[in-house]
Amino acid sequence: MTQDKNPQLLDIDVGAPVENAVEWIQTNMSGLLDGIAAVIKFFVDNLEGLLLWIDPYVAGVLLIVLGLWRVGIGFGIFCAVSVALFWEMQLWPETMSTIALVLGASAVAIVLGVPVGIAMSRSDLIERLVRPILDLMQTMPPFVYLIPAAIFFGLGKVPGTIATVVFAMPPAVRLTNLGIRQVSEENIEAGLAFGCTPRQLLTKVQMPLAMPTIMQGVNQTIMLSLSMVVIASMIGAGGLGNVVLTGIQRLNVGLGFEGGLGVVLVAILLDRITQTFGDPNKTGSGGGLPGRLRRAFGRGSNPEREQTTN
Amino acid sequence: MTDKIVIEDVYKIFGRKPELAREMIERGHDKDRIFTETGLTVGVQQASFTIQDGEIFVVMGLSGSGKSTLVRMLNRLIEPTWGSIKVLGQDITRMSRNKLIELRRTKMSMVFQSFALMPHQTVLQNAAFGLEVSGQDRGERERRALRALEQVGLSANANSYPSELSGGMKQRVGLARALTVDPEIMLMDEAFSALDPLIRTQMQDELLELQRQERRTIVFISHDLDEAMRIGDRIAIMEQGKVVQIGTPDEIVTNPADDYVRSFFHGVDVTKVFTGTDLACRDAASLIRDDRADPQAVRERIRKDGFSAGVVIDGDDRFQGMVTLASLDGADELRAAFIDNVEPARGEESLNDLLHRVAHLDVPAPVVDTDGRYLGSVSQRALLQTLDRTR
Repeated sequence: MTQDKNPQLLDIDVGAPVENAVEWIQTNMSGLLDGIAAVIKFFVDNLEGLLLWIDPYVAGVLLIVLGLWRVGIGFGIFCAVSVALFWEMQLWPETMSTIALVLGASAVAIVLGVPVGIAMSRSDLIERLVRPILDLMQTMPPFVYLIPAAIFFGLGKVPGTIATVVFAMPPAVRLTNLGIRQVSEENIEAGLAFGCTPRQLLTKVQMPLAMPTIMQGVNQTIMLSLSMVVIASMIGAGGLGNVVLTGIQRLNVGLGFEGGLGVVLVAILLDRITQTFGDPNKTGSGGGLPGRLRRAFGRGSNPEREQTTN
Repeated sequence: MTDKIVIEDVYKIFGRKPELAREMIERGHDKDRIFTETGLTVGVQQASFTIQDGEIFVVMGLSGSGKSTLVRMLNRLIEPTWGSIKVLGQDITRMSRNKLIELRRTKMSMVFQSFALMPHQTVLQNAAFGLEVSGQDRGERERRALRALEQVGLSANANSYPSELSGGMKQRVGLARALTVDPEIMLMDEAFSALDPLIRTQMQDELLELQRQERRTIVFISHDLDEAMRIGDRIAIMEQGKVVQIGTPDEIVTNPADDYVRSFFHGVDVTKVFTGTDLACRDAASLIRDDRADPQAVRERIRKDGFSAGVVIDGDDRFQGMVTLASLDGADELRAAFIDNVEPARGEESLNDLLHRVAHLDVPAPVVDTDGRYLGSVSQRALLQTLDRTR
């Protein structure tokens, strides 16, 4: 592999310092790295263990019920078809493993990303500093994250999760920031005029009003996690990505398609279900079935009331 | 204590180096010139006035005149650049943040133009917001919120969400939210401006009714003259950040300080501004408190008073009827001398409605309040004088 190199004018090397930094972190911060690895391993392993421990029939029924409750009858049927396909394609364990990775990585991304988004929304300086980092994180080809992740954490689920977190976090940060900044000035003033402390303003006014936007970010994070999980199978993250990877390696179209279809179905399931949590019409007071029932009845009797009071 | 809010020499300049703007103000330059030369925006300048206990104080002006800035300085949503603002005797410009929060929680509340309700909370939770913030337990705050909702006629909708309500109903929730904390002072920033005219009038009436039940000090921002006239005990008119005139509605209409103030009334139909209460005068006819008095003695009194008619009222001031010199002539009983077709006008009737009545009566038109108590009468002469004065 010989490639002609152009003569350098200023002798600037970009790659070497990055390599040095990675090496330095590896030698000097191994304790921290091991700690992070242990926490993530514990988290993801247990989540996967739980999903695989549940009897597939029970898990399947739960998924269908969830689809029926959050979205509706049509989506319930879609859930049933998906469950049947996962089972018939012999991909149940891989699917559960992928869902565990996606949910684990998304949870970490949200836990880290939302506070960063809040900090950004409160300070223009922080916003200016963080924004280019987010741009970098989002535009860097995702394969690149696999290299340092594998160097720091070896192969397996842990580096897979970490690479996924890095790739999937920006929307959670951005949309939290955007959501809070979009809260109307009058609502902020109302909060302050009634005596909110800065903390109360955040928890009682800004966060609830930004919630639909933040949930869009959460949804985007989950979708990006899913696309990254396939790539992360290259460093041994396992799951449906592995099936796709095997299909490529063996040029087995059928196998590749099965793995790909599995990913698509998981994507649609997670997308639809998580989106309902961001829809203000479906969340009511903290979401949940009781709230929806109350709202349904409230709405039913509302037109008469409007006539009598006006 | 009769002065609830005392504002002294308050300025608000937006931008850096406000001293530059102050110098220019002192040299007599106007807001536009200051902006083009320094880039500073003068929000409020040289504002000094006092708001008294229990009055509805309307701040009126065109958009950009600084009225919203002014009201936001009263609870320090906007920090004044200079000057002192005393609320309930305390200078809020020097108050610590904790004391300020305490004041906002217990003494003053605010109603907003676009309602500013929390869409994720029910009507009841919205109304209870102020108490929630100050840490009241749930039972107590919902009890008090429900009482406030009853006051504004919305208790049936307590479990609805704001998105299910009409504009007028939303602002009732905004009003209930402000009432729940039982404040001494309410700031209302164009509270009814976003409502359609019919609902707006209705809300104004309700505000006046609430004020009758329990007097609070209300600072009401408006750009609508009719509204200011209807609800204001006193009106401050702002122009370019300056308060150009303060007075009762009548004083301002009859005696505008300058052309800017006058321009507000240009094209305004004064026959809609003045009501029966404003015009009713007790010196338009003799007052007879005893309906069993001797008709001839009454006739003699009316003649001596120099009137041609008399109004008969009972011990509770309630209007009974009208008599004239002609109707009393030869009558043996006062009640038999009551002239026909005299239906008293209501105090809230506009001058426009009174015109017709007065024009078709030979005697001054009597005016009563909502309980039927006699307020006075409107003579043709008094009515013509009012029309002439405000031409």
